[in-house]
Amino acid sequence: MGKPSNIEPFVVKDCTLAAIATGRRAQNLRELRDHLQVVHPGSIYYHFWGTLLRPDFDDPEYNNDFASWSRHALHDTKLAEQLGVIDPADYPDIDGLRQELIEIIEQRLDETEFLAWARRDQQFHFVRSQIVVFDTGRRFSTPQELTAAIPSLSLGSIYYHVIDARRREPLWTDDFRAWLERFGDSYADVCKQLAELDPYFTTLAELRVELTHIMGAHQPTKVKV
Amino acid sequence: MTGLLQTYAPVVGEDVIRQLTQLSKPLRGMKVVHVNSTRQGGGVAEILEKMVPLMRELGLDTHWEVIAGQGRFYECTKLFHNAMQGNQAVVTDALLKEYKETNRLNAEALAPILRDADIVFIHDPQPAALIEHFPNRKGKWIWRCHIDASHPFRPVWKFLQPYVARHDASVFSLADFSQILPHPVYLIPPSIDPLSEKNMELPADEIAAICQRYGIDTTRPMMLQVSRFDRFKDPLGVISAYRQATTFIPSLQLVLAGGGATDDPEGEAVLAEVKAAAQEDPDIHILLLPPDAHRTINALQRAADFVLQKSLKEGFGLTVSEAMWKGKPVIGGDTGGIRLQVINHHTGFLVNSPEGAALRIRYLLHHRKHLEEMGGKARDFVRQNFLNTRQLREYLTVMVALTHGADDRVEMTH
Repeated sequence: MGKPSNIEPFVVKDCTLAAIATGRRAQNLRELRDHLQVVHPGSIYYHFWGTLLRPDFDDPEYNNDFASWSRHALHDTKLAEQLGVIDPADYPDIDGLRQELIEIIEQRLDETEFLAWARRDQQFHFVRSQIVVFDTGRRFSTPQELTAAIPSLSLGSIYYHVIDARRREPLWTDDFRAWLERFGDSYADVCKQLAELDPYFTTLAELRVELTHIMGAHQPTKVKV
Repeated sequence: MTGLLQTYAPVVGEDVIRQLTQLSKPLRGMKVVHVNSTRQGGGVAEILEKMVPLMRELGLDTHWEVIAGQGRFYECTKLFHNAMQGNQAVVTDALLKEYKETNRLNAEALAPILRDADIVFIHDPQPAALIEHFPNRKGKWIWRCHIDASHPFRPVWKFLQPYVARHDASVFSLADFSQILPHPVYLIPPSIDPLSEKNMELPADEIAAICQRYGIDTTRPMMLQVSRFDRFKDPLGVISAYRQATTFIPSLQLVLAGGGATDDPEGEAVLAEVKAAAQEDPDIHILLLPPDAHRTINALQRAADFVLQKSLKEGFGLTVSEAMWKGKPVIGGDTGGIRLQVINHHTGFLVNSPEGAALRIRYLLHHRKHLEEMGGKARDFVRQNFLNTRQLREYLTVMVALTHGADDRVEMTH
């Protein structure tokens, strides 16, 4: 299917993150809660989503740093499980996510008789990030061209167009869907499948494969004009 | 594109090279100056030897300047180095005066290049005081701390902090190693160079010849620890783990490879203890290697079935990534930067005692298939996270972020 003349090409961008120490550190759960109440929203975002783009293993035991720290530094498996199941995509904004974290931690503090402390060299360091977005120079005019190129997109591009896009105004949706919706009902099915994609409990490499699969399997619906 | 950057493509992938090229576009033509205190020897010089030509190839007008000083200056900065890592080093007023004066003289000599540079990287404490001589500097100055400054000896940090604080940003290797400063504190872990003599592929016959030279039997299992003879590296714990494991696997050999210890009285004492603990066991090979024995270390890592880094305290511990790059799982101490590299049960095992190490040694030698799988994962993990192309990308990111506004989001339009 060709491109309607009024649709701008899909512009492929890429991004990298620069991690910045906030100077906030927690050695026990109470300190973690206190910092969570006031820490920069970008830090909470980083400890949930930033794991996708920084040194980490592609099969992590926990998907966010708070859960991982509870398990490995505080040795509190129950708390780790409770924090680990949080899907940040379920919250409309960072403050909602922040409140959920605080709520779970408060409840755990109420339950426990003794406050567990982390070793001095295993403190939780609150980190935030700066995102640098740059143009790859690649442009695609048709969904077919874009689909064919997805396997060759960098993980930074996948992060930018899927993860980062969902917190960008005014659409709050991934860039692939936003662009395909301009083609009208022809891509309604693929847009629906893309909307159901859960980018959190996966890796960027797996996400790239899923995107290739969803978009590659699609045959545009013939719409009567 | 031909040149140094392209030689990395077969190792890291064309997409990584393409990303570096695109990311560096807004920095092209900028004058970047790295300043440190030595042209040869040491980790910083080793990084800059590759980083500077790679940045040049990406179109940045990159220079590397080395400050010069007299003996007393280096005496002072050696004390700084130890103090930053927590040792109680007393630095006299006379030495501090020498430090300031040396920085002043170097500031005069380097003024033409530093005054109008767009970005200046000051590496470690030695040149940190240069900044006070450039009140009208044009560019962004970044202090790069390569050492673990998590618990510095306070009087020395009190002296250095005002100089560091004047910079526009600083870079530490880990959040754990950092200090609170009144500017952005970036985190960039160190990396290894896959094309250096330490890490490049070696012919099988060279590996065999090196093993033969040191009396290592390549038909029997061998494990290796590469480290200085230092109590924090726990060589005695490694020998204890070996002894426990050989009860079950008598054919096992242990190689402890480290540098000579002639100028380090404590090192000599530790080496003597290690030799005593080895009890002339012919299957424990204690190798004292010169500092430039990179190829030998490389060959030993490749010959090993797996590698140990059983430190009790560690900075980043890049020898772990070096071993993992050669497809070897690592049994590492549960400390410092080792935790970032050894992902327990995936790229190796984290242990807290000789008993824990012995258990994992036995496990790996009895589960060869799993050992191979872990080795493969270890190499992939290093490829993604600990090669110098990743470090270069992060330096470029910081440079773009600092020169194009310090907001959370920097969007380049071209």
